[in-house]
Amino acid sequence: MKSFLEIQFKNQYHSPETPKSDFLIKCSNPSLSPTQDNELNKYVAELKHEKHEVPIIFIGADTSGLASGAGKVKLAIETELQKLNIDAKIVLTGGMGFGAIEPTVDIKLPNQDRIIYCEITYKDVPELLKTTLIDKRIYSKKVFGKYGKTEGSILNIYETPFFKNQKRVVLKNCGIIDPNYIDEYIVSDGFKALDKVLRNMKPLDVVNEIIESGLRGRGGGGFPTGLKWKLANAKISENKYIVCNADEGDPGAFMDRSVLEGDPFNVVEGMIIGGYAIGADFGYIYCRAEYPLAIQKLENAISECKRYGLLGENILDSGFKFDLKIKKGAGAFVCGEETALIASIEGKRGMPKPRPPYPSDSGLFGKPTVINNVETFANISNIINNGSKWFAGIGTEKSKGTKVFALSGKIKNSGLVEVPMGISLRQIVFDIGGGIPDDKKFKAVQIGGPSGGCLPDAVLDTPVDYESLKQVGAMMGSGGFVVMDERTCMVDVAKFFLTFIQNESCGKCVPCREGTKRMLEIIERITKSYSKEESKADVLQRFKGVIHLQRLAEVIKDTSLCGLGQSAPNPVLSGLQYFREEYESHIYDRVCESHVCKELLTYKIETDLCSGCGLCERKCPNEAIVGEKKHPHFIIESKCIKCGMCVDTCRFDAISVN
Amino acid sequence: MVEFSINNINVKAENGMTILDAAKSVGIDIPTLCHMKDLFPTGACRMCVVEVDGMRGLTPSCAFPVAEGMVVQTNSPRVRRARKTIVELLIENHPQDCLICVRNKNCELQDLSEKYAIREHRFAGEKKNHAIDISSPSIERDPAKCILCGRCVRTCNEIQKIGAIDFTNRGFRSNVTTPYNKGLNVSDCILCGQCILACPTAALREKSHSKEVINALTNKDKYCIVQIAPAVRASLGEEYNLPIGTNVTGQIVTGLRRLGFRKVFDTNFAADLTIMEESTELINRITSSGVLPMFTSCCPGWVKFVEQNNPEILNHISTCKSPHEMEGALLKTYYAKKMGLQPENIFVVSIMPCTVKKYESDRPELTEENMPDVDAVLTVRELVRIFNMAGIDFNGLPEDEFDNPLGVSTGAAAIFGTSGGVMEAALRTAYSKLTNQILPTLELNDLRGMSGVKEASIIINGKQINVAVVNGIGNVREIVKDVQEGKSKYHFIEVMACPGGCINGGGQPIHQKPEKIKKRMDVLYNIDTKSSIRMSHENPIVLKIYDEFFGEPNSLEAHRILHTSYIDRKSILRNNA
Repeated sequence: MKSFLEIQFKNQYHSPETPKSDFLIKCSNPSLSPTQDNELNKYVAELKHEKHEVPIIFIGADTSGLASGAGKVKLAIETELQKLNIDAKIVLTGGMGFGAIEPTVDIKLPNQDRIIYCEITYKDVPELLKTTLIDKRIYSKKVFGKYGKTEGSILNIYETPFFKNQKRVVLKNCGIIDPNYIDEYIVSDGFKALDKVLRNMKPLDVVNEIIESGLRGRGGGGFPTGLKWKLANAKISENKYIVCNADEGDPGAFMDRSVLEGDPFNVVEGMIIGGYAIGADFGYIYCRAEYPLAIQKLENAISECKRYGLLGENILDSGFKFDLKIKKGAGAFVCGEETALIASIEGKRGMPKPRPPYPSDSGLFGKPTVINNVETFANISNIINNGSKWFAGIGTEKSKGTKVFALSGKIKNSGLVEVPMGISLRQIVFDIGGGIPDDKKFKAVQIGGPSGGCLPDAVLDTPVDYESLKQVGAMMGSGGFVVMDERTCMVDVAKFFLTFIQNESCGKCVPCREGTKRMLEIIERITKSYSKEESKADVLQRFKGVIHLQRLAEVIKDTSLCGLGQSAPNPVLSGLQYFREEYESHIYDRVCESHVCKELLTYKIETDLCSGCGLCERKCPNEAIVGEKKHPHFIIESKCIKCGMCVDTCRFDAISVN
Repeated sequence: MVEFSINNINVKAENGMTILDAAKSVGIDIPTLCHMKDLFPTGACRMCVVEVDGMRGLTPSCAFPVAEGMVVQTNSPRVRRARKTIVELLIENHPQDCLICVRNKNCELQDLSEKYAIREHRFAGEKKNHAIDISSPSIERDPAKCILCGRCVRTCNEIQKIGAIDFTNRGFRSNVTTPYNKGLNVSDCILCGQCILACPTAALREKSHSKEVINALTNKDKYCIVQIAPAVRASLGEEYNLPIGTNVTGQIVTGLRRLGFRKVFDTNFAADLTIMEESTELINRITSSGVLPMFTSCCPGWVKFVEQNNPEILNHISTCKSPHEMEGALLKTYYAKKMGLQPENIFVVSIMPCTVKKYESDRPELTEENMPDVDAVLTVRELVRIFNMAGIDFNGLPEDEFDNPLGVSTGAAAIFGTSGGVMEAALRTAYSKLTNQILPTLELNDLRGMSGVKEASIIINGKQINVAVVNGIGNVREIVKDVQEGKSKYHFIEVMACPGGCINGGGQPIHQKPEKIKKRMDVLYNIDTKSSIRMSHENPIVLKIYDEFFGEPNSLEAHRILHTSYIDRKSILRNNA
């Protein structure tokens, strides 16, 4: 494959060993190149997909694309191309974020706009390729939109309902460029910020620019990034470190993965700039090992940056030295907490430490350290390029910029969305997310992962910003956004998150280790049916648990060592705040209205609907249904194990559940 | 200096001081569990939380530095509620067996339960269920009683730097255990028992030999002889609420007699004997260009450490048995012969400040004619339990003297119980032997105190002899490394595995009073200064025994009975791991 190194500077003008400060400038401005031939112009146009001879087929092949079948689609395309004997270029991009319509395949014919096709299965491929490549028509059955001007019913992608209300800053390249190809990143304004920083800005200028932008940590806490950098910048130390926290572990969160898989160079660029700003010469990317594709993209990005002299000694002849290493996390959720993450990189058991000392004073290996989240770093180049004023112009007074959310659960348009701060939750759920599928009623949105809370319809007009979300009992978190409908039981949700926390607590501090276990037990007790053999002591225990649940939750929140424990009770506390009646109906009425807590269900055969076919009687695994043929049947409650088999079997909807 | 307020009291404190220490300085007690003085706070137990104005949650006072103008509440309802809940949570995952627990009435969890008036089980549920580890001859681990404060782990890893135990698993399944959960006997543990002293509950405790001792005492065929180590007399009174640093030698002797021991001897006697053997060995090594430096061998924890980690330097360790083993060996040979006793009928009990000695007495190398030199080892704590069971009112006991002949000792022997003591005693004798003069000052102050490595040089016959004293096994690795590389400048090195030496041994009374080491040390140094004889080679009985039995130090007979050998445990452990 060609590259800027070879095309632009044939006689090794720039290399890691002989760095030149104007290398990047000359890449994006062919006229400045020492070899002012057409080849470079052509190469840049090619990289921008402006001029090309053969059709280009883009396949969204990040983890979520692959999971929905992009791999098979790619294979099918390759075979089909061979069959048709058509020369075309296949580019594997990251995902554009719209998970619900994946896999996506974009097709760009020479001198035409790039058209996006969605939900392409391998079965669609022959027809798709025949229509588009041979007949040169739009494959209208599965067209989603296009890049370029809207034509008739084919909307520009950013005018489609899903993208219309979004503001793509962090995700601007995701799904569009080839994440493996450094030159494609460079012509998409990549490393422009790094170039600007190294040539025109002092480290403190960079810090101030970030402070003025108002950027706050996207990992959940929302600490002002610039301030963090300033603290580390002010420290005098032989070594400093910059760490990228890519240990994304919240259930239902996949923002960081998509950014790393779709635009890894942007994160690396943000880290180099961060290193320059605080005076660090080494950085770690702490990425969970469950993200093999992201790690692969990052490894490639790092080695490409080294080949281009953008990592290593004397970067672009600025005298600044910086290197990066990936550290794979071994699957502990708590290692996303910064002090535990540090311990993990140091090779110790991933357990949080009390602060102070803060990492900016004494972090990794005892040196000043800045830890930022993937999304935070992905914002940096945009701020440098467009200026802090531009960034500060997006969002609310205290929360600037955009935020990426991972929409999942009971929502039509699941996937990644990037929205300006200040947008309301309702807009995200209904305008962008398209509302609830199957005409069900919205019940709650769980925002902020296990640390967040479940917010009901009543507070859906809350704007998305750090403070407002905290006020209503949730938190920004890293960006998990799980929508629940009326079929979701809030007690069950609390149980799920407590189980998660229980499994992931490091076990160091008492409230988190012991307290969350007890909370889980209390919740479990209220979702269990009471047995007749239950002793009075058991009854008393269940009663006490319910009485003290809130107190226990508050103490855990008040005393836990790290964020994991401090926020662990949030799903329960927000549940008690907004869905108290649901807890009460579990406790007093012994009813789960969402029909989730199995042990609380009672099955009943409506006699006027039952035809007496006997099918349920035969299917019942515990012989709990009796009845005479052609006469209404009955369920013996004491024998019913609440498996629900009869409901599924009944053809007359005669069995009701309460 | 910063000024701030705790519970509306104005407090001035040093910059960087923690809230906990500042509160203590004005008489405000804040409960702690995981806190360890002088170690970096871990903030694990959350017992010490306080309310600091402007902070979101409660703040762990052990880990948070004071700041100008800070407003702290250590006893607000919010704080009390949090602490009480934490104690309740710990209790709910702890066996409810205080009545039959070895740490009953000396348990920090029990104390906290009392302090916060826990009167009901509000959060009862599943309890953890880990197997008890009785694999080691000295220490039992009962993870069910463990509250995961981490003090033992930090003691083992950060103070002793052994790393035999650490946290495993996560969340509710968290556990402190050995590598691969294999049992302490095949871990790197040297059985020093410092973890027992650190443990707030009974999760770590000595393996009791009380039953064996009581059985022997009631067995008419057995001739029970007891000996007490130097450090025991300096600490045992603490178990009877006597001030720390009370010398209770006389009461212990009386108490032991009342238990039914036929003879009550003093390990100090054997300490003098050890000095005779060890200093002779040293002189021989120096004069005949033997293997140097020579290490002391009285501390079985240290010996085990070398056997497990650096077997290649075992030839640097003196071959002398440790004092109580020498005494035992002597009792079963010389004394038995002299008194006309059958050695197999003699039951030797050692009262030791130490847990490793239990393991040591099991060593096959420390036997005479297939009989162990010492039959049972009791820690100070076990002896106190036996005293209590026997109805002995310790504080009312009259004082008594040790039996003769193996009860006579010098001041040099007494200081064996503290770090630097063996070295001091050995140098007093070696100097005299080589120069026929007495050391200009008998107190070698450079070798006293709590520094990790203490060193001194003395000129003997124009030759400079360099000595070092290692205090706590955690400080030994550098010294060992130098010896391995042949770079050591020392001739003689004393190593005690426990910080402070035997006066802070793993078998001593358990409490967290910081002044204990210094005050117990003082007891031993006072015995030395008040002694009429302060050099081992002037102990008349020792001289007599050489006269009657051994001939001279390091003689063939002395080697047979008073010396031992070591084995390479590294390959055994690594192969089994």
